[in-house]
Amino acid sequence: MLRNQRAWRAGTDGGLHGDEVVRLDNATLSFGRHRLWDSLTFSLKKGEFLAVLGPNGAGKTTLLKVLLGLQPLSSGKVEVLNRAPRRGSSKIGYIPQQRKFDSQSPVRGRDLVRLGIDGHRPGVPLPAVTTRSRVDAAIRSVGAETYANAPLGKLSGGEQQRLRIAQAVAGDPAILLCDEPLLSLDPASQDAVASLIDARRVAAGTAVVFVTHEINPVLPYVDSVVYLVDGQWAVGTPEQVFTSERLSELYGIPVVAARLGDRIEVVTSHGGALMDLMDEEKCRLLSAMENEGHRGPV
Amino acid sequence: MGLFNNLQLPFAQHALLACTIVAVTCGLIGPFVIMRGMSFAVHGMSELAFTGAAAGLLVAGNAPAGALCGALVVALLIGTLGDRESDRDSSIGVILAGGLGLGVLLLSFYHGFATAATNILFGDLFGVSNSQLILLLVIGITVIIAIVAIYRPLFFASVDTEVAAARGVPERILSIAFLMVLAFTVTGAAQVVGTLLVLSLAIAPAAAARRFSSSPLAIAGLSILIALVAADGGLIASLQFPSIKPTVFVTGISFFVYIVSRIIGPAIKNRQNRALQLEEVVN
Repeated sequence: MLRNQRAWRAGTDGGLHGDEVVRLDNATLSFGRHRLWDSLTFSLKKGEFLAVLGPNGAGKTTLLKVLLGLQPLSSGKVEVLNRAPRRGSSKIGYIPQQRKFDSQSPVRGRDLVRLGIDGHRPGVPLPAVTTRSRVDAAIRSVGAETYANAPLGKLSGGEQQRLRIAQAVAGDPAILLCDEPLLSLDPASQDAVASLIDARRVAAGTAVVFVTHEINPVLPYVDSVVYLVDGQWAVGTPEQVFTSERLSELYGIPVVAARLGDRIEVVTSHGGALMDLMDEEKCRLLSAMENEGHRGPV
Repeated sequence: MGLFNNLQLPFAQHALLACTIVAVTCGLIGPFVIMRGMSFAVHGMSELAFTGAAAGLLVAGNAPAGALCGALVVALLIGTLGDRESDRDSSIGVILAGGLGLGVLLLSFYHGFATAATNILFGDLFGVSNSQLILLLVIGITVIIAIVAIYRPLFFASVDTEVAAARGVPERILSIAFLMVLAFTVTGAAQVVGTLLVLSLAIAPAAAARRFSSSPLAIAGLSILIALVAADGGLIASLQFPSIKPTVFVTGISFFVYIVSRIIGPAIKNRQNRALQLEEVVN
């Protein structure tokens, strides 16, 4: 298959497993005849930042569901914190795909954060001093003090996302699973949210699994990359995965990957036209045109 | 003076107790009904409580017990048929129409059709017997215990479904438990305001409370308070004006409070937010 896959496996298999918090071994997931990924193998150590990339429908969110214990594998093995993943582990913080709260939603930022601590327990959430101080600390850690008591629905996407981070870290997790946390945020908020998640990683040694369409906002923090495309995958450092050769192999069309300063640009060169590879629709269009023998700018 | 004397009467005391129990349970479940988008489900349940009540009356001369059975059957049907949100409304609509037709058929076999139908549809507060009062008490206590037990995870699953699932909150079990709780509450409320007007106690107070505050606990408290004012206030008003059914006053008060909340609620909420932000800055 892909050369770096083997290199990566060799690297992890030879090393010590003590620091590993996530380990997938030949993990395969199929729905009916559709194979989401085949023999996916990688591991994640304490304090590591892993970016999961790929087009829509490549199984990025499903990978998080597997780690959360909400989705069993078709075959292969997965271990989270040295055991099979189980639902509701308090050691995992989860930031779901952003869905803005309704403007009349009867919940304030503070309430959302508290749910991250004790929302799963039975009973009524009565005021408690220790819980309150944990909630306050989590809110402070994302700089949300000024709007934590306002209704969530009235806050901007960036503010809601900061509170989501506070909710996820309030339970003091060992692993942080983030599902496209930058989606529909403006560039300044994207930078702020990415750096907050990284700050948590640095401060507490939390391992981060970060699903994203776009590598650049998190590039300064990323240790390794899992790139999923249509059943194929590549694993390695950004330098190993973001090469023209590897990505051309993954997508099955000619791709140029280039590092420009602190960014990675991925484009297909086709009749002089450049386009963003992350856009699946355009990819399909391009390959369809290629098959029909069209040439020219897209 | 007349009112005080009226409240000494056993039937009035029964009615007052019934109103209070029903108001507390309705006020408690209301915010969840709205959060989970289940207003129509509640309406469907109460319509089928009518069918159950008609059957209960015909078979055993006991309308409330029949109403409870009817509501529970609907809860089970919604739980199994209307699992997906997109299916739910249409399933409820179909069940509601079919069930209501059956109820009318059942009632046509019953002597004194007109009175029975009016009482079930619009409430029969002053006809609450001892045994019905005990049933209401049992229902009320069951509902309160159940909601208090599942309050936090139910709230989590209602406002933040994905994260709740990730934290191991069992949404499926909770949603079935909540449907059961709803069935009990609806049966109680039907006794006070009638099956047609259950929403005036199960939705209106919570809908108004949401306009006044954004704090979940404050909303729960306010919702109960508004339901109490509407139910007990409606009863007292009808003791003063005996020719008008209490239902009219109960629905009137809860509707009025809702209108007020739409008019002055936003201003109150804004003031709260500003005050809280000032407090944060001072801290």
